[in-house]
Amino acid sequence: MSVFIIRRLLQSLGVIFVMSMIVFFGVNVVGNPVDILASDDMTQEQIQAFVARLGLDRPIYEQYWYFVLNALRGDLGNSFVFAEPALKLILQRLPATLELALASMFLSVVIGIPLGIYAGLRPEARSSKVIMASSILGFSLPTFWVGLMFIMVFAVMLGWLPSTGRGDTTELLGIQVSFLTWDGLQHLLLPAINLALFKMSLVIRLARAGTREVALQDYVKFARAKGLSARRVVLVHIMKNIMIPVVTVLGLELGGVIAFSVVTETVFAWPGIGKLLIDSIQLLDRPVVVAYLIITVLMFILINLVVDILYSVLDPRVRLKDVKS
Amino acid sequence: MSTTTEHLQATAAAMPTAPRVESPLRRFTAAFFESRIATAAFGMLLLVVAIALFAPWLSPQDPYDLAVVDIMDSRMAPGEEAMAGFTFWLGSDGAGRDMLSAIFYGLRISLGVGVASGLIAMLIGMCIGLTAAYFGGRVDAVIMRIVDLQLSFPAILVALILVAILGKGVDKVIIALVTVQWAYYARTVRGSALVERSKEYIEAATCLALSHRRIVFRHLLPNCLPPMIVVVTLQTAHAISLEATLSFLGVGLPQTEPSLGLLISNGFEYMMSGKYWISFFPGLALLITIVSINLVGDQLRDVLNPRLER
Repeated sequence: MSVFIIRRLLQSLGVIFVMSMIVFFGVNVVGNPVDILASDDMTQEQIQAFVARLGLDRPIYEQYWYFVLNALRGDLGNSFVFAEPALKLILQRLPATLELALASMFLSVVIGIPLGIYAGLRPEARSSKVIMASSILGFSLPTFWVGLMFIMVFAVMLGWLPSTGRGDTTELLGIQVSFLTWDGLQHLLLPAINLALFKMSLVIRLARAGTREVALQDYVKFARAKGLSARRVVLVHIMKNIMIPVVTVLGLELGGVIAFSVVTETVFAWPGIGKLLIDSIQLLDRPVVVAYLIITVLMFILINLVVDILYSVLDPRVRLKDVKS
Repeated sequence: MSTTTEHLQATAAAMPTAPRVESPLRRFTAAFFESRIATAAFGMLLLVVAIALFAPWLSPQDPYDLAVVDIMDSRMAPGEEAMAGFTFWLGSDGAGRDMLSAIFYGLRISLGVGVASGLIAMLIGMCIGLTAAYFGGRVDAVIMRIVDLQLSFPAILVALILVAILGKGVDKVIIALVTVQWAYYARTVRGSALVERSKEYIEAATCLALSHRRIVFRHLLPNCLPPMIVVVTLQTAHAISLEATLSFLGVGLPQTEPSLGLLISNGFEYMMSGKYWISFFPGLALLITIVSINLVGDQLRDVLNPRLER
């Protein structure tokens, strides 16, 4: 077991190293930030001093070396635009993104699993067909356009819900959260549903496929034959067994939700890291872009690692195969 | 009398039907058009492609000809009449362009980028996947590790990194989409090639001492194509959606190449004042395109799947 975890950890470190290199060298090929940040009336000397202060005059491998050294100390450079540490900017906005991502995961499970089980239990019913057709639609609808339409209908036409920002926040364990105030909850609802649509379709399909398979198994037939109520058969015998694939996929998709929140955050002006990334790309604020990518990649690798380890705990075959090979 | 007819009918039924050769293509088409939804989606897709191809002849106005576009016509609601006399069926945008024409032209760009990146990714992914499957061993292990690594990151994130690095432009967006997608093709083609490779006809070809190239491209490849067709349809839909997303975020295509995503993005600022049509209709066009491609792809998967052989 520990061999397995150590091996996975080493692999993850390798990936982090490769990714940091790709990201750093890639981003540093993009336009020249001096042109954008130095004002036109600066003299040549002033520009040179400016360049030296930002460390842009050194060779690129040296810049990378200092970048790695500093990154290990938790310093990912200062934002050109905000003149604040890039890491601090990201960490300030991270709770907003995580709140949005978790809220949409919650919605997709709470709505997706019951619908999926229902469609799986009665595959031929008209209502099931409607559910499945909407799940295809959920896959096909471009997230950003659905977000726009939500704003159009619920904010502009009906005026029920606010369209931008986070609303009132309260402090929970030292983190600002929206979902504890009524105003914040109203602000959270549209973006969370928007982000959840895609995952919801996925959960519906997984739950339906799982239910159709499980419902034919002998132990379900036996439970029915024992005279258990339909409710108990569904909630205990079927639900438990379809949860394994659903949980695995959702664990892996958490990263996807965080990445995709870029789109939703831009539409709803949600002050998270995704919106920060898009703004930074457009302003060529390289340190923030690099810091965002490094943090996201770290998060991804962590999520994949945890899912892998959990999987090997749940299913010994995975672990044994890896040790053998 | 009646018995004779019955007898005749019985012999007619017992007689083998006309020796019509059922070609695989005909069987495939019949199976495909069995589903009414798929048939409708296919018709829709044909219509969309036709509109994209013949946009300049179908549009009421050339939306990018400054001599034709009149700023006085800006933000007209659907159904209002233009200064030039024709009707804005879908309204006009902030610069006075007819939305219907802008959508026709936008479809061209969106479909063009989607199909181009899908095909290039398919070519690259296919070659890499075939190489991995045919040579096996270390080559296979290295290639599949890279594929796994790439697929563990969501497409939107990789595409964002790439356009952040490369900048705006049609060629750059296509590069980003190809980079995101090749791995799906490589994995699919490797899977089917591994199965095919162990069959007798490949063994026979190897015994005949044919060149690697000939075996891979003339024997192995044609037999790996059916699953690829499915992947290429679904991935093209994905590419179109991804391009629209990138363009909407302002990091995809430049304003000079107004795809559907950019049209939607341009309408965003007018949305708050209730001028829904500038964003709504391009989105609807995008949706129709993606849904019809996905439905066609789903049906192709059902028809081409050997496990569901009827």
